[in-house]
Amino acid sequence: MEINITINGSDHASDVEPRTLLVDHIRRTVGLTGTHVGCDTTSCGACTVLMDGNPVKACTVLAAQADGTEVTTVEGLKTADGLHPIQSAFTDDHGLQCGFCTPGMMLVGASLIAENADPSDDEVRWAISGNLCRCTGYINIVKAIQTAAARVAESSNGS
Amino acid sequence: MAAPTTPAEIGGIGHSVQRKEDARLIEGQGNFLDDIDLPGTLHMAILRSPLAHARINGIDSSAATAIDGVLAVVTGDLMDQHGLAWMPTLSGDTQAVLATDKVRYQGQEVAAVIATDPYIATDALEHIEVDYEELPPITTPQQSLEEGAALIRDEKEGQTDNLAYTWETGDQGATEEAFAQADRVVTLETHYPRSHPAPLETCGILADVNSVTGQATIYMTSQAPHAHRTLFAMVAGLPEQNIRIVSPDIGGGFGNKVPIYPGYVVATAASLLIGQPVKWVESRTENLISTGFARDYYMKGELAVTDEGRILGLRVDMLSDQGAFYSDAQPTQFRAGLFHVVTGSYDFPAAHINCKGAFTNKAPGGVAYRCSFRITEASYLIERLVQTAAYEVGIDPAEMRLKNFIQPEQFPYETATGFVYDSGDYPTALRTAMDEVGYEDLRREQAEARAEGQLIGIGIAHFTEAVGAGPSRTYDIAGLKMIDSAELRVHPTGKAILKLGVKTQGQGHETTFAQIVAEVLGIPANDIKVEHGDTDHTPYGLGTYASRSTPVGGAATAVVARKLAEKSKKIAAHLLEAADEDIELASGVFSVAGSPDRSVTIQDVALAAYTNLPEGMEYGLEDVTYYDPPNLTYPYGSYIVVVEVDPDTGVWEVQRMVALDDCGVRINPMIVEGQICGGLTEGFAMSAMQWITFDDDGNCIGANFMDYLVPTAWETPRFELLATEVPSPHHPIGAKGVGESATVGSPAAFVNAVIDALAHLGVRNIDMPVLPDRVWAAIDAAS
Ligand code: FES
Ligand code: FES
Repeated sequence: MEINITINGSDHASDVEPRTLLVDHIRRTVGLTGTHVGCDTTSCGACTVLMDGNPVKACTVLAAQADGTEVTTVEGLKTADGLHPIQSAFTDDHGLQCGFCTPGMMLVGASLIAENADPSDDEVRWAISGNLCRCTGYINIVKAIQTAAARVAESSNGS
Repeated sequence: MAAPTTPAEIGGIGHSVQRKEDARLIEGQGNFLDDIDLPGTLHMAILRSPLAHARINGIDSSAATAIDGVLAVVTGDLMDQHGLAWMPTLSGDTQAVLATDKVRYQGQEVAAVIATDPYIATDALEHIEVDYEELPPITTPQQSLEEGAALIRDEKEGQTDNLAYTWETGDQGATEEAFAQADRVVTLETHYPRSHPAPLETCGILADVNSVTGQATIYMTSQAPHAHRTLFAMVAGLPEQNIRIVSPDIGGGFGNKVPIYPGYVVATAASLLIGQPVKWVESRTENLISTGFARDYYMKGELAVTDEGRILGLRVDMLSDQGAFYSDAQPTQFRAGLFHVVTGSYDFPAAHINCKGAFTNKAPGGVAYRCSFRITEASYLIERLVQTAAYEVGIDPAEMRLKNFIQPEQFPYETATGFVYDSGDYPTALRTAMDEVGYEDLRREQAEARAEGQLIGIGIAHFTEAVGAGPSRTYDIAGLKMIDSAELRVHPTGKAILKLGVKTQGQGHETTFAQIVAEVLGIPANDIKVEHGDTDHTPYGLGTYASRSTPVGGAATAVVARKLAEKSKKIAAHLLEAADEDIELASGVFSVAGSPDRSVTIQDVALAAYTNLPEGMEYGLEDVTYYDPPNLTYPYGSYIVVVEVDPDTGVWEVQRMVALDDCGVRINPMIVEGQICGGLTEGFAMSAMQWITFDDDGNCIGANFMDYLVPTAWETPRFELLATEVPSPHHPIGAKGVGESATVGSPAAFVNAVIDALAHLGVRNIDMPVLPDRVWAAIDAAS
């Protein structure tokens, strides 16, 4: 079937099998491999992308369901102005080790701080509780999301 | 902590340099196995046994083969025609690649479909008909060793029972004597349950065998690419120069990516037979049911103690559940890994360990999950046992430890089982952690809370690890000595490339190993590229596991950098027209002793190495080192956990977790702390929730992340980290390795805390995972 998804600002029209998962479509057809797969039960969040601004697990969405939506993947976080604050905060706070969970964590984090300018430790932990990390123990991921929130708040106060 | 000796711009040892690997990973530009795509890649899916034990009477794959897009169905018979139906394991056993005679565990590989598309490959599995004749499954090692139990390994010549191995170490006579002198014998029987490392990225391979040239390029989620190349050459009979293993970015390993799995062999064979690249990436279920389980030891420990709480001796009897094949990844000489480090941090003269392993109808594996070969089990047992002894003798568990610690002046200390601990100051570590947590006050609060019917527990674990395998006289895997290597080349502009035999899976080698070179030569860490994982482009090494990268590969890096420093000094002397022995090197500046204004930089020297040399010197600035460590390193730590247990539900919550680690010199404190937080989380996970179990039919319960619970951010406790720094005296930069310490040390602290909350009721053991229903049952039984 014919679908058209706007991914990171560009249109991607294609003919897909109806059963194609969004994550496979993004990785294999569109060729953006920053979105990962870590499970088969919608448990790990490695496949998280933003669909019309909301985090979804792309392993549990059909490509067909995403027809007509705007999808942001990790490759779309950076803009002409440079890295998204969540990206630099993950580096600064050592929020990643192997980096496999990182795209999903950053997208959830980005969507959280877009809605909550000053999330508490518990609020961040709750927001990322659908995303597993096996390396970091989460502490620095939480810190990075809070750092990014603070930097966004600071720059919007300043402007 | 010692202050860094180099300025921040150079970023040598002791600087929390930001990680170089992050730039690609935060932009989605990592290169993980499944991200690699070659023209004409075919996809493989594996048909697995639904039964734990059954005879195969026939396989009909004709319907599957007929499906559009399916190129081949590979069965055991086909593999057998090429001599590949069975493969050797790392522990000297054999393991089925694709089952020919029987299936011996649920999830065992039976056939594989090769298709143009992964969806088609998976669909086709349903069209393969296997005629199984069910056999009774054996699901515990106790059952397995009973008289008359069905023989699981009936194909194995000379095998008449289900015993996989026996192993014994220590001095039995001396131990019996110690027990004869004891005022009392304290016993603890406990099970370290089956767990799974479950890195977020599963295992996978992309095999590209060129049938014309014979060149095999194998992309593989490998923690040990060089060892895997050699083993591939031995198993598949391919000439080693034609095999190139490329281990790309790895999404966590934790031991899961050490063994060679049947899927790797089948994909490689299929690529060879078909002449196109073949990719296989495990699903999570495949990962959890078939590859790399860990632990599963039934342990009985006995301590001989005096009424004053002095330990005289230790006796251990263990039974391990090996699954259907004995495929533990561990040094050849040690059938139960380094379990005999079980004497822990304590000074006593006698120990004896007896161990048996049994085959069962469960997945094989026996990997050291974030652990240096069974040290996790050993550390858990001794720390639980010492705590039990404290209750029995009637002294405080901290006091019990302080009384029996090896003292700082006793190092190097030879244990009753023959390890020679390099360095440490255990009393300072424990006292520092106790001060931080406010131990005395906590004990008072605990007593007050008890009076109110509240259950507070304080658990201690003081672990000593033995990591960095290892000295070649003792340590080999499948005959390959456990040395490791580093090759360093400084380019004319003063930038460098460092090539390693070890391989990161998230530990940050691209940053920390550059820091070691920066420390020695003064080349800024950011000017040093670190290459690893590609066997065509890096020197030989045994890989990254058992916390061996820093102890062995890090040592090789320091030594090779020092070799270049020596040559550089000669070049500097030539440039400065001074005597070689008058040249001093600090932070990349070579100066003449006594006249510091006469100097050149490492960058000047690098250029001169290709342009302007002293008479007779060979051009270039590069070298390679193979490091054979003189000893293991012995990191240690003191962990204290405070929990509150709900007496009505058995639910326990961590109130505080104070973790002091001493891993010797810290190359990058930020990365070390990151490793510790990750390790503590996995230790918490094992004590609280992670559990691979089976029903009586051998069905694996825990086959996905809905049933196999790994902690989310919500359950994970907050940690308070502390450090002391006693360097390793024999390591070139005094580092000891840290990646696994926290996973090794912390489970006992968590479990001891829960037991401590219930100790006054007489509770002495709850097996891991310490699930609320088990806690509730223990309270119920005690009251
Ligand atoms: S891959 Fe989508 S949640 Fe795990
Ligand atoms: S950084 Fe490895 S899974 Fe999160």
